[in-house]
Amino acid sequence: MKRFLAIFTVATMIWACSSDSSGSDTTDDIVDPKPEEVSFERGSMLTNWADNIIIPSHEAFSIEMTGLQTAFDTFKGDASEVNLVAFRASWLSAYKMWQRVSMFEIGPAETVGLRLNMNIYPTDGPKIDGFVSSGTYDLALASNRDAKGFPALDYLINGLGDTDEDIVAKYNGAEKESLISYTGDVIADMAGLTTGVLAEWNSGYRDTFVENDGASSTASVDRFINDYVFYYEKFLRAGKMGIPVGAFSENVLPQNVEAYYKADVSNELFLEGFEAVQDFFNGVHYGKSTSGESLASYLDALNTIKDGDDLTKLINDQFDLAKTKVEALAPFREEIENNVPPTNMLLAYDEVQRIVPMLKVDMVSAMSVSIDFVDADGD
Amino acid sequence: MNRFISKHITAPIEAAPLAVFRILFGVMMLLSIVRFWSYGWIEKLYIQPKFFFSYYGFEWVKPLGVYTYLIFIICSLSAIFVALGYKYKIAIITFFISFTYIELMDKTTYLNHYYFISLLSFLMIFLPANAYFSLDAKQDSKKAFQKIPAWTINSVKLMLGIVYFYAGLAKLNSDWLFKAMPLKIWLPSKFDTPLLGQFLHEEWVQYAFSWFGAGYDLAIPFLLLYKKTRPFAFLMVVVFHVMTRVLFPIGMFPYVMIISTLIFFDSSFHHKLLGYFSGLFRIAKNRFDNKRILAMPLNVVTNSKLVLISLFFVIQLLMPWRYLVYPGELFWTEEGYRFSWRVMLMEKSGYAQFKVVSKDSGKWFYVDNSDFLTPFQEKQMSFQPDFILEYAQYLKRHFEKDGHKNVQIFVDSRVALNGRLSTTYIDPKVDLGEERESFEHKNWIIPFTDEIKGI
Repeated sequence: MKRFLAIFTVATMIWACSSDSSGSDTTDDIVDPKPEEVSFERGSMLTNWADNIIIPSHEAFSIEMTGLQTAFDTFKGDASEVNLVAFRASWLSAYKMWQRVSMFEIGPAETVGLRLNMNIYPTDGPKIDGFVSSGTYDLALASNRDAKGFPALDYLINGLGDTDEDIVAKYNGAEKESLISYTGDVIADMAGLTTGVLAEWNSGYRDTFVENDGASSTASVDRFINDYVFYYEKFLRAGKMGIPVGAFSENVLPQNVEAYYKADVSNELFLEGFEAVQDFFNGVHYGKSTSGESLASYLDALNTIKDGDDLTKLINDQFDLAKTKVEALAPFREEIENNVPPTNMLLAYDEVQRIVPMLKVDMVSAMSVSIDFVDADGD
Repeated sequence: MNRFISKHITAPIEAAPLAVFRILFGVMMLLSIVRFWSYGWIEKLYIQPKFFFSYYGFEWVKPLGVYTYLIFIICSLSAIFVALGYKYKIAIITFFISFTYIELMDKTTYLNHYYFISLLSFLMIFLPANAYFSLDAKQDSKKAFQKIPAWTINSVKLMLGIVYFYAGLAKLNSDWLFKAMPLKIWLPSKFDTPLLGQFLHEEWVQYAFSWFGAGYDLAIPFLLLYKKTRPFAFLMVVVFHVMTRVLFPIGMFPYVMIISTLIFFDSSFHHKLLGYFSGLFRIAKNRFDNKRILAMPLNVVTNSKLVLISLFFVIQLLMPWRYLVYPGELFWTEEGYRFSWRVMLMEKSGYAQFKVVSKDSGKWFYVDNSDFLTPFQEKQMSFQPDFILEYAQYLKRHFEKDGHKNVQIFVDSRVALNGRLSTTYIDPKVDLGEERESFEHKNWIIPFTDEIKGI
């Protein structure tokens, strides 16, 4: 026994010491790796995330914000029904693009609390009315997050009256100046945050993010997987569907749907965010059909083939199934208000829900990432 | 038999090893508490949470709000007193009680090595660890002895031997030996470890670590006992524990084990070590070398002490086997898993979503666990049945107090074990509000779908 252990120790030492010299040539010639034992490079996954998904998405969102600003300027010049319709279209288009960047709450976005500043809903209509009539408000205050961002615009564009005629009348009425200036401030606040986050990504954070390719709770991959799962569970699953449909309360909460005043786009917004999450899982490049290293390819490389079926496929199948279910739904507000109980939406929610344990238990455990939401902000 | 008894139990032996053990134990405990405090864990683990998971029968042990700090202060003071050997008996009793109280406050933080510390400090209550090189011995020469009965040091060795050997036995299962699980999951994620990192994804490395780990645990008590193999065994102890420290987040435990195993060395080594201490702190070591022998008088006190210690070890030897009386897979049900030296055997994680149903109206809703639990508590709760039950009971009480009537609690849960795909864990049709904690098998755990062979 002693001799065996002695040999083992010596062998361990030699092997440990010799590993330095083999740094440049790959480990392939040291042992015979079976084909599936690919060593996965977290660095290249991070590069793919940053260069092909996160930054291009932020860029596209930034362009959308510029479009929104332009549409608003036109509306400001002439508050006509035609210009309102165009303004609304720009808002919806930007809101949809937002669904593709909302999950990237890491680095500069995390620092400024981008998600909390852009998309807290339900928005506080009476509070906005108060701000508009008093003209005194500080949008930078955390307590005013429910009076700004996309939901506030939803109120200002869709909620001030029953018809476009009514809304346009408000913008041409007694409070004309203050309404325009409040709307302008909300957009300026959003545009400022958006440009700031993108600028940080382009001026150094990209490298910080990609180079932090280790394996600790502070490494980029571990942190982002936490953020990603957290986003899916809290904001996409619960925020956009679960809470309004009444999964977490005794009664349904239709006023909690996203874009409540627009009323007919909440499912569209959800699906955009849902597809973004699935695309991210598969490493699909933003705006393209190509893809790169991703959570999916990482899982494949980790050889987590179980039950004769692989986890990547199981997760994608569930994504597809849930998507089909949600696509068949009417706008969420309609589903909730017209059905007691909203059975179809609850059933669709169940399918959306089923992805949570797949990501949070199976995927995370296969990757040996520790789930720790301690440092994450709640909503 | 008589020879055995005299050699290992009654024979007088040098007290120095036990004195060194006492000093290092006290210092390590003090460092552990300081470290724990400095990381802000007292606040995070014992003050911030709204709810605490209790051990069955110890529901009355709870953190004391901000006074919890006081328990930690008492615990660290007693650790200092133990190290100094000052008012030793009171110090070690205080340490045992305060440390154990801390561990009983919340089951979430259960670690085998905390349990090990509790046991060790309990054992130390009965050992004359202050007979040599202590303030007690310095102040009162009647309490100073150079030699003490052999059983005292041997009982510490036995305790350590049990920990290692049972940890080794627990690794003799098909997941560990033939699937290299859970190391196959854990090691590749440590790819950024200096020197070793690039090899950790190799399958043969994962198997080598698994087999070596099992062999190490089973063999090390014996290698430490025999003089010839001892230096090598100690080298192994150091290498093994440093390695585990590098690869896994296990805090102070490796260091505690390394210093504990020093007790296996001959007294000459401990005398040298104490000589070194003496030089460092200008202590006259020779005053303790008084040739006095602490005898074992044949009386009721000695006998009851020996009976108690024997009983303690009988329990220690039997505890890890209690899982045999439960049906089902131990790793899955965890009935009889704790207090058994099953260390780092499982990559297990789960997800539990609780559904609160009002029986009268039929209305229901899901619970957002983060309203009640910290992320750490939620993680631990999601794959351990006793946690799930206790939390469900708490939810029932909470929502009934909130005005809901006749509340039923159901759980939708999934658990993944050692790389297997997650499956349903708890019967989703069982109202956990109606179930009670007991030592009986929990028949609402859905049986494990695979098989793990072995001990």
